[in-house]
Amino acid sequence: MGSKTLYDKLWDEHVVRVDDNGAVLLYIDRQLVHEVTSPQAFEGLRLAGRRPWRAAANLAVPDHNVPTRDLAAGITDPISRIQVETLDHNCADFGIREFPMADPRQGIVHVIGPEQGFTLPGATLVCGDSHTSTHGAFGALAFGIGTSEVEHVLATQCLIQRKSKTLLISVDGQAGPGVTAKDIVLAIIGEIGTAGGTGSVIEFGGEAIRALSMEGRMTVCNMAIEAGARAGLIGVDEKTIEYLRGRPYAPSGELFERAAAHWRTLVSDPGADFDRVVRLDASAIQPQVTWGTSPEMVVPVGGRVPDPRAEADPVRAEGIRRALGYMGLEPGTAIRDIRPDKVFIGSCTNSRIEDLRAAAEVVQGRKVADGIRLALVVPGSGLVKAQAEAEGLDRIFTDAGFEWREPGCSMCLAMNADRLEPGERCASTSNRNFEGRQGQGGRTHLVSPAMAAAAAVAGHFVDVREL
Amino acid sequence: MEPFENFTGVVAPLDRANVDTDAIIPKQFLKSIKRTGFGPYLFDELRYLDPGEPGMDCRSRPLNPDFVLNDPRYQGAQILLARENFGCGSSREHAPWALADFGFRVILAPSFADIFHNNCFKNGLLPIVLAPETVEGLFARSRGPQALRIDVDLPGQLLTLDDGTRIPFEIDAGNKARLLEGLDDIGLTLQHADAIRAYEARRQIEAPWLFAV
Ligand code: SF4
Repeated sequence: MGSKTLYDKLWDEHVVRVDDNGAVLLYIDRQLVHEVTSPQAFEGLRLAGRRPWRAAANLAVPDHNVPTRDLAAGITDPISRIQVETLDHNCADFGIREFPMADPRQGIVHVIGPEQGFTLPGATLVCGDSHTSTHGAFGALAFGIGTSEVEHVLATQCLIQRKSKTLLISVDGQAGPGVTAKDIVLAIIGEIGTAGGTGSVIEFGGEAIRALSMEGRMTVCNMAIEAGARAGLIGVDEKTIEYLRGRPYAPSGELFERAAAHWRTLVSDPGADFDRVVRLDASAIQPQVTWGTSPEMVVPVGGRVPDPRAEADPVRAEGIRRALGYMGLEPGTAIRDIRPDKVFIGSCTNSRIEDLRAAAEVVQGRKVADGIRLALVVPGSGLVKAQAEAEGLDRIFTDAGFEWREPGCSMCLAMNADRLEPGERCASTSNRNFEGRQGQGGRTHLVSPAMAAAAAVAGHFVDVREL
Repeated sequence: MEPFENFTGVVAPLDRANVDTDAIIPKQFLKSIKRTGFGPYLFDELRYLDPGEPGMDCRSRPLNPDFVLNDPRYQGAQILLARENFGCGSSREHAPWALADFGFRVILAPSFADIFHNNCFKNGLLPIVLAPETVEGLFARSRGPQALRIDVDLPGQLLTLDDGTRIPFEIDAGNKARLLEGLDDIGLTLQHADAIRAYEARRQIEAPWLFAV
């Protein structure tokens, strides 16, 4: 065999059989389950009289609907409550391990998978959620699926798949101080567009990616889906292995060392062929702020909102016009002159301990500006929250005027009580700025945790490096 | 799943690129634990002038007269004409459930988001990728005083417009067979239970840590 990409290796290890049409039955090692996309899958199993093929391969947690305060009061929205209770019942009925709402390990699926060592290099991992791409940071083939496929994996531990194309995005050189994983991935999406990765699995490589912590790599892979990719991948190195050592569901002792020896082979071979290669210069990347209603509508913080009249392509010009109308922005406005009403630090993109540390560093000794109605910090999991409290980060935030909440998806998609009101503007560390994403009529600007914190204390967007 | 049968239907042109799953079915409706009943809330924020909530009776809600699905020409449309990257965003199958529940059976676009494309086939919806020029032509045709009607022939992989123009299309052979026969994917996969067990037995030796959860 010639040189293989990391994706080739992961794929080849999981082929159960190939049918006459060339479709592959792919074995799935792990599935994460949450309350929104699973009820109809469990119902399907029940109707067909089927049991899970390998119940232990699944881990369930409620996250999208959970309230972020006053947990003792339970969920007041009856429809949300039914959905969470349905997950509890289904897990009990089908013998699936669950971290229920009251469990200290509860959190956003994509935060707890790695945190528990449930996500492992070389594994195939799926979840009924598009941001499953996050787990690719560990050299796992991880992708989001629909509810029919959730049921398919529960019942058979397999999926019918076709191989994707490969796209290598190499971020060469070093990113400057104050430029984070979030800025790198927003710059990538700005470059290739939200459909730039369609049909492909993106491998992120290059010096600037290698230099990222595991948390930073998860942020990058998390947003691979916003570039339209099927999955994101980063090759395994010693950082990956050390992150997993001692995690509850990772192997231990001699088995860990055996596993680690295999994991070290999970990189693309030198000279491996990718269908496409895109190179970016890390030193040219500035802190990023989105101005529109798609993650590709992004500019450096020193930039301005574009003018549709300067766009030659009529469909694109119309897209810009519509986005500016929705966002309530005039063409040519300086990003620095945009003033958020709310600030949200959280979501599976940026709610890990390192994100909270980066935001706290900016906030320390400062106050949330008067014009900001609400500044929220929502840790990604109960364990992240406990760690942050042990480090005193919660006090830094609350002293500055932020609210410190319980873990969950929260204002990333506003399925619980945390949301934007129509017309409200938000500096958000989440991953989607679609119309209505954070509440009907809400206006989202995607930024890094440090940039969100900077906007909170300044009252407008500002280059965190100049604060 | 019902087998897919040939039909002739009206085309509704949705002239927007990057239509995401949040637009197709806003998240407040994802709280349902059922697969049906999403049709009245399809494109809720675009279709109605008031904020939608689950359980609302949509018949008395104010309609947005500018939204294509409220145009009298396109009532009863079974074919949705869309622009690039249709269905981007989340993996929620509620999006194809809502489209199918509303009555759509075919979506024509220059490109689709991957997960959405996949989810369509699981729900009897046929997504067809057409060349950008072809899509452009269909948009022009469908905006006339009379709605465009297209005959969809899946076995023949052919679209025939009401003026007789024929447009062939490509489709993955496996997906085509599943749509035509309305097959249950899980039942098909379980026919290979022995191959799955053999794979697991081999992997338990090669990579035992993956089974140690
Ligand atoms: S935090 Fe947001 S993007 Fe992540 S899983 Fe939750 S809702 Fe989805």
